[in-house]
Amino acid sequence: MFITMKYEPVIGLEIHVQMDTETKMFCSCPVEFGNEPNTNVCPVCLGMPGSLPVINKRAVEYAIRASLALNCKVHEKSIFARKNYFYPDLPKGYQISQYEMPLATNGYIEIEGKNGRKKVRIRRLHIEEDAGKNIHEGDKSFVDLNRAGTPLMEIVTEPDIRSAEEARIFLETLRNIMRYTGVSKADMEKGQLRCDINVSVKPVDSEEFGTRVEIKNVNSFRFVQKAIEYEVERQINIIESGGKVEQETRTFDPSTGKTYTMRRKEEAEDYRYFPDPDLLPLIVKREWIEEIKKNMPELPHQRFERLMREYGLGEYEAKVLTNIKELGDFFEEAVKHYNEPKGIVNWLINDLQGLLRDKGIPIEESPVKPEHLGELVKLIKEGTISSKIGKEVIKEMVETGKSPSTIVEEKGLKQIADESAIEGIVKEVLEKFPAEVERFKNGEEKLIGFFVGQVMKATKGKANPKIVNSLIRKLTGVS
Amino acid sequence: MSIDIETVRKVANLARLDLKEEELEILSSQMADIVDFVNQLAELDTENVEPYIHTVSETPMREDKKGETLEREKALMNAPEREKGFFVVPRIVEI
Ligand SMILES: [Zn+2]
Repeated sequence: MFITMKYEPVIGLEIHVQMDTETKMFCSCPVEFGNEPNTNVCPVCLGMPGSLPVINKRAVEYAIRASLALNCKVHEKSIFARKNYFYPDLPKGYQISQYEMPLATNGYIEIEGKNGRKKVRIRRLHIEEDAGKNIHEGDKSFVDLNRAGTPLMEIVTEPDIRSAEEARIFLETLRNIMRYTGVSKADMEKGQLRCDINVSVKPVDSEEFGTRVEIKNVNSFRFVQKAIEYEVERQINIIESGGKVEQETRTFDPSTGKTYTMRRKEEAEDYRYFPDPDLLPLIVKREWIEEIKKNMPELPHQRFERLMREYGLGEYEAKVLTNIKELGDFFEEAVKHYNEPKGIVNWLINDLQGLLRDKGIPIEESPVKPEHLGELVKLIKEGTISSKIGKEVIKEMVETGKSPSTIVEEKGLKQIADESAIEGIVKEVLEKFPAEVERFKNGEEKLIGFFVGQVMKATKGKANPKIVNSLIRKLTGVS
Repeated sequence: MSIDIETVRKVANLARLDLKEEELEILSSQMADIVDFVNQLAELDTENVEPYIHTVSETPMREDKKGETLEREKALMNAPEREKGFFVVPRIVEI
C-alpha cells in the first residue's frame, strides 16, 4: 500500500468574495478597477477621524441572497466588530467585520465529487470590508486605497473536504453560485474570489484530526489544488518520519509549487475583536429575507437539471453549459431562434467555443450572435449546406460577424440538391473509375465512400450527400 | 488585580507603542487600577438584563448610489511621504 493511502487530508476553506456593488461597504465611493491610485476615496475609507460608516443596503441584500443560495440560516440580527491589526493598506488600524454574531450560519452546498454527490457544510457567512492594495518596489511600498472598503463576504466551510480535487470542485461550484445569484463576478484571477486553505492529515481510520496548517491567499483553482497536494504530502512525510506537524501559516509559491512558512503559532495575530461602536446592530426583517428568497435567480444545479429535462441534453453538455453561465445563456438564446437543441449545443461546444478560445474571445463578446448560430444549424438541418461546409461557414462567421446565410450567399456555398445536376457529376465519376465500379458491383460495399468522396471533391463539398448516395446506387444498380 | 510587565509589553506591542522600561513599570500599576475600576461593574447582578447590543435600535442603511469622493490632493495631504499619487511607506515585509 502506498504511504499516502494510509492518510486522509482534512480540508476546510475560508473564501473571500468581492460583492458586485456600485459603491463601497460603508461609504459611497465607487467600486471600480483600473482607476488612478487614491481617487476612489473619501474620509470614511481613508479612516479619517470623525467620519462614520453607513451600511450599503445592496451589499446586505447580496450577502443575504448568497447566504440563502448556500442554504444558510440568515439571522435577523447580526453585529459588526472591529478586527484590530496594523497594516499600511488598512488606514483605520482595524477592519470592520463580523465576529460573534455573523449574518448567516449553518449552510451547505452539494458538490459532484469523485465518489458521487456530497455535502460540504458552510459554517458561516459574514460581511466585511476589503483592504487597499500595496505595490512593493525597492525599499518602498506604494499604497493605493481605491479598493479599501470594497464589500466582501467571508464564507467559512466546515472541514468536510477530503481531497485537493474536491477542494477545487467545491470552489468552482461556489464560484458558479456567486455568479448565478449575481452577487459577484467571482473571478479568481481578478481577486474577486480569494481563498485561504486549512489542511491537516489523519490516518484514514482515525476520527481525530491532525494539527492544521493554514495556507494563505491562493489565487487560482489550479493553485488551490496544487498547494493542497503539496501540503498533504509534506505533512505525511513529517508524520511518517516520526516528526510533528506544526501549527502555522504558510504561503504557496506557484513558481516552485511548494508551500513556505509565513508565520508560526506563537507569532499569530491577536485581533482583539470587539463590537464596533460606530455601527448599531444590523437588523434584517423576516419579510425582506422572504422577498429575497422569492426573487432568487436560478441556481447552477437547477439549470443543470432543467437543461437535461427541457432540451434533452446529456449530462456532459448540461455540465459544460452550466459551468460557464454565459455559454448556457448563449445556448438558450440560440434555441429560442431555432429549436434544435442538440444541433446547437454541438456546434456551440465543439466548434464555436474552440474558435473563440483560439482567439482569446470570451463567449459574451462573441462576434457570432446566438441567432446566427441557430440559423447555421437551420441551414444544415434543412439541407441548404452540408455540415462540412458548415465548418467553413462558422469560421467565417467568427472572422466577420456576418450571418451564415449572407456568407453562404456571398460565397456560393449552397448545397446542390438538384438531382439532375448531381446526376451528371456522378456519371462522370463512375466513368472515370470503371475498375472500382466493377468491384463495387461485386460486393465491395465500402467503395461507396470513395465514390461519394469523388463527387464531393468535384462539387467542392456542395452536393447533397443523401442524393449522391442514392444516385450512385441507382446508376450502378447496387441496392 | 495585578498586571505583569510581560502583559503590558504585549499590549504595547499590539498597539505599536515603544515604551521605556520605567514606563512599563508605571503602566503595569496604572493598567491594574483601570481594570479594577472597570471590574466594579462585574459586582452588579445582570442575570436578567439584556446585553446592551440587544437594543431595539438598528443601524441605518444607504442606497447603493455613488457619492462625492475626495480630491486626490486632499486625500494625500497629510501623508508623510507620497509619490505618483500613492501613499509611500517603508517597504512592507510580508508577515
Ligand atoms: Zn470612501
